[in-house]
Amino acid sequence: MLHSISLGLLLFGVWLLLSGFFEPLLLGLGVVSCLVVVLIAHRMDMIDREGHPIHLGWRIVIYWFWLALEIVKSNIDVARRILDPKLPIHPVLIRLQASQKSELGLVIYANSITLTPGTVSVQVETGEILVHAIAKEPAEALQQGDMDRRVSAVEGPAEGGGKGEEAA
Amino acid sequence: METALDIVSWVLLVTGSVFAMIGGLGLIRLPDVYTRMHGAGITDTMGAGLILAGLMVQGGFSQVTVKLILILIFLLYTSPTSTYALANAAFHRGQKPLLGKPGHGKEDDQPSKP
Repeated sequence: MLHSISLGLLLFGVWLLLSGFFEPLLLGLGVVSCLVVVLIAHRMDMIDREGHPIHLGWRIVIYWFWLALEIVKSNIDVARRILDPKLPIHPVLIRLQASQKSELGLVIYANSITLTPGTVSVQVETGEILVHAIAKEPAEALQQGDMDRRVSAVEGPAEGGGKGEEAA
Repeated sequence: METALDIVSWVLLVTGSVFAMIGGLGLIRLPDVYTRMHGAGITDTMGAGLILAGLMVQGGFSQVTVKLILILIFLLYTSPTSTYALANAAFHRGQKPLLGKPGHGKEDDQPSKP
């Protein structure tokens, strides 16, 4: 229920921002279309912790800022390697332990790895990610597990609390 | 004020374009599929991000900026997903990544066991 309400509000917020209409008739139509979308999503059983992860809360926003900084740093590093006439690359494949408990957490981790240039996740399995890195340094940085710990922290406590946990 | 914003916006746009070009250069210089993905990653993140940020400065507090932010968000979700699909497909198809220093012809860095 909480997810449906939150999804409805989010949809309507986006509708308002994108349309910029404030006449009563159009506002009403906007509300109706948002409700229809929520209804359809509910019937399709798409509104759950994975499809609409509000339980991540502000932790994910803080994580985004940290990730943005990492992306900028690794961008500069890879750009330097490309521009260097000697092309100082040393590609490696490594297997990383992923400590996330849910699929959502695993996806966040794998996508974060891919998003930072210099490392690309090649194969994701439960508890393990195969990563291709352009050089040894970015691979070693990942192996130290800083990002892994942060994603697990964002993911929060173990799943299984279900509805009761969300109501709290 | 107007000029200051213009300068900030242009610096962002030009830096973004330079990064996009470095990404393109990487596509040419890097040796195989997997390493080239790292080059493309620069264009995806830094190039697109800085150019969109520069446009946001031009847009100011308006609907245009909201739409640009949405574009950035969608881009940051879709580009790693498609890169993963590409890398995963190449890997499953049996495309072997070049490992170790290029030019040495020695594949000493097999995937390390955990």
